[in-house]
Amino acid sequence: MSDKKVTIEVDGRKLEATAGQMLIEVTDAAGIEVPRFCYHKKLSIAANCRMCLVEVEKAPKPLPACATPVMDGMVVKTRSPLAIQAQQGTMEFLLINHPLDCPICDQGGECELQDVAIGYGDDASRYVEVKRVVKDEDIGPLIETEMTRCIHCTRCVRFGAEIAGIRELGATGRGEHMRIGTYVGTTVTSEMSGNVIDLCPVGALTAKPSRYQARAWELTQTNAIAPHDSVGSNVHLHLRRGQVMRAVPADNEAINETWISDRDRFAYQGLSAGDRATQPLVKENGGWRPIEWSDALALAVEKLRDARAEANALAAPHATLEELFLLRKLMAGLDAPSLDYRLRQADFRATSAVPGYGLSIADIERLDAALLVGSNLRKDLPIINHRLRKAALNGGDVMVLNPVDYEFNYPLGGALITSPSNMVASLAGIARAVGVSADGAIGELIDGAAENDETNRLAARLTAADKAWVAVGALAEAHPDYAVLQAIASAIAEASGAVFGFLPMASNSVGAALVGCVPSDGGLDAVQQLSQPGKTSILLDIEPAQDCLNPAQAMRTLDETAFVIAISSFASDSLKACADLILPMAAFAETSGTFINGEGVWQRFDGCVRPLGEARPGWKILRVLGTMLELDGFDYESPAQVHDEVRAMIGDRGIDNSLDDPGDVEPWRPKGMQRIGDVPIYRIDALTRRATALQQTGEPVSALACINAALAKRLRIADRGQVKVGQGGKSVVMAVRVSERVPNDTVWCPAAVDGSELLGPQIGDITLEKA
Amino acid sequence: MKAATDKNSLFDAKIRAEIDHWIAKYPPDWKQGACMAALRIVQDANGGWLSNELMDDVASYLDMPPIAVYEVATFYSMYELKPVGKHKVCVCTNVSCMLNGCDRIVEHLEGRLGIKFGEVTEDGRFSLKEVECLGACGGAPMLQIGNKYYENLTPDLVDSILDGLE
Repeated sequence: MSDKKVTIEVDGRKLEATAGQMLIEVTDAAGIEVPRFCYHKKLSIAANCRMCLVEVEKAPKPLPACATPVMDGMVVKTRSPLAIQAQQGTMEFLLINHPLDCPICDQGGECELQDVAIGYGDDASRYVEVKRVVKDEDIGPLIETEMTRCIHCTRCVRFGAEIAGIRELGATGRGEHMRIGTYVGTTVTSEMSGNVIDLCPVGALTAKPSRYQARAWELTQTNAIAPHDSVGSNVHLHLRRGQVMRAVPADNEAINETWISDRDRFAYQGLSAGDRATQPLVKENGGWRPIEWSDALALAVEKLRDARAEANALAAPHATLEELFLLRKLMAGLDAPSLDYRLRQADFRATSAVPGYGLSIADIERLDAALLVGSNLRKDLPIINHRLRKAALNGGDVMVLNPVDYEFNYPLGGALITSPSNMVASLAGIARAVGVSADGAIGELIDGAAENDETNRLAARLTAADKAWVAVGALAEAHPDYAVLQAIASAIAEASGAVFGFLPMASNSVGAALVGCVPSDGGLDAVQQLSQPGKTSILLDIEPAQDCLNPAQAMRTLDETAFVIAISSFASDSLKACADLILPMAAFAETSGTFINGEGVWQRFDGCVRPLGEARPGWKILRVLGTMLELDGFDYESPAQVHDEVRAMIGDRGIDNSLDDPGDVEPWRPKGMQRIGDVPIYRIDALTRRATALQQTGEPVSALACINAALAKRLRIADRGQVKVGQGGKSVVMAVRVSERVPNDTVWCPAAVDGSELLGPQIGDITLEKA
Repeated sequence: MKAATDKNSLFDAKIRAEIDHWIAKYPPDWKQGACMAALRIVQDANGGWLSNELMDDVASYLDMPPIAVYEVATFYSMYELKPVGKHKVCVCTNVSCMLNGCDRIVEHLEGRLGIKFGEVTEDGRFSLKEVECLGACGGAPMLQIGNKYYENLTPDLVDSILDGLE
């Protein structure tokens, strides 16, 4: 598109535009309303609904504004008799086959077809013949179909092809018989599939979990920040009578554009889970007894006083900035240095001060090359993957070094798939091919590394790229040699002129690092805290059986810890097994706060519904604990005061990906088979794990071992049978799948799923035998 | 992206060679251009109809999403998605043929074969299909069997045509 400016006239108004722009873009920008169904600013132009017909002078017929490029001197009339006649005609045709079931349609009240029919249609229908009926398909637990209502705008089809990257919906048949569907009735599997609900201008595709639960006009809309990944997608929550009924995207071009992941859309369901913590609970003789808040707080204070400097604290990285700050302040007041948020990190030898993306989310789509080290990006951070997908489709090379051949929704520029223990050597091979010169042990490792065609190819693409990114992901974080992987990745970035970054998972990982939720001098990190029983431990919004690197050890250690104070939104059975006191905390949407996303953007939000039962916002609980412990500076009256203090403390510090030297690099050597324990997309946090619809999508929810055919043959294990998987002396019987996505002698055995809580570290030695 | 299937396992060598002939007519990254030809070839080799599995195979062979193949196969009337008879009798009922008495032809065919449009005779020899204009209005009413057009039909002519088929 050239930058040539043209002037056009629409409804008597002179408008400036760029040559080649479509008319509808110009009228949209000027606030002139042109009705449309198929046009969407983020999708390709189909021009098939014909609703945006306008009169253009010198054109013999009305033209579709969405597919008409502006030309200098063009004179357009959107409400002339010709335009109105064309719009009314189109509307009449669209309504021929549309059922008049608005009273039982979830879209009713927020329906583009209703709105446009009122604005541009005729008063009454002349059509008296039979309307067509389309049989519905079941396309999964998230999207309800009512395809008789479909007006064939094909937005959902184009979304699949262009945005989601998996074309699952299509238009089969023709003319009267054309219908939108999967044809074979399969479940739609995109991690962004829910966006078709918003795109659908009618009630053909609606949200299944909230179906028939509220009318659009009963809902009030508030703003929130999605708490499930480090993107911090902007969402609107729709509330009715103090309850979150659904979540939809809020436009933020710099972050989530107009999309959200299915996780951010449907995880709100977890808010009404049966095991929400609604009153303070204390463990007595192995049972649980509700107690008054005042008694609960007094007990917590007593136990913290007993432990003082020996108190431990672990915080979820999706806690708010204010909560994390107050926890740190509380621990500092007790002179207790043992505090951490890095619950899934395996190796603390060296680490960046504030790990983050290292570049802006919007810049990711402009990359020429990216190397992901240990990341299932599509499932971990769907929106970041979407940006990277745009880069890949634009000719960029997205390359991966992964222990599993994960599915991406775009062609990869290169993939090194190797066992976890081999990842270090492979990365060193890339480093050598890039020409890294490093001192010390890392240097030796790189000099001794083997290059091969694939490492050379990856290195060449990285070096040749103008804008490149080397990013370390969640699976690397769980790696026993995380420090070494980081050091080599960072050296590769430096030598190839790429930006070095991390792919932090949680909504406030960056915030936790910035407030310093890490051990201070002599303090214990997360792994140390969870391997040596202590006196008193605080758990802030954590389910240790799911949220930790080594759940079996965490549960054992906490069980042996003298007193465990769990400040939590959920009182799950596993938490009850290891905690001694549960202080019910307000969950997502119930509390105000701040998240700092992976780019370093601060995003504040308000609580919009009342905390359930006697639950209280986390910042209030921590404030009262601080006051009762007679610590200085806990006399806050509002979360805004806490926020201002954090803001002042952090100042203009932001993402800092610079690294210390890990020193010792003696690599982990597995004894036999290795476990690859990634966290599946819908097991990431307590809320998501309780979102019933997401749990039915087919993503892993219970223990599962995937091995390749070679290993299956050696162990004489049949596909879809049962195996006994052992780690750290305990074993679990689980289903087995044979998949060629897994390298030799490794077992892909997801973490944070039902049954995995008895297992050990996410990446480590594992045994496998026939059950 | 699905893991690449071994394409040689999809069809037999003769079919692959025929499809490859059509793929070669399009630029390398526009293999889907050969979709219609591939569907025709595969349909002919399968007794005149396409199963979902065969359409999936065509999709894999041409690196297309399966739904894109379903779209093509459901759009055009020459693709059959259910088993058809050995002889597929396609009768035009569009304007010219209608004006020239195709209703009489249809009635005769239905009577003789004992089936309606969209059905197959019990012995599997014939199926009857209603089609739109096949571009032979000059010889209306007309029908198509296999690759052959039969024009200026009368019930007697229809009988002799059917009698002449194997």
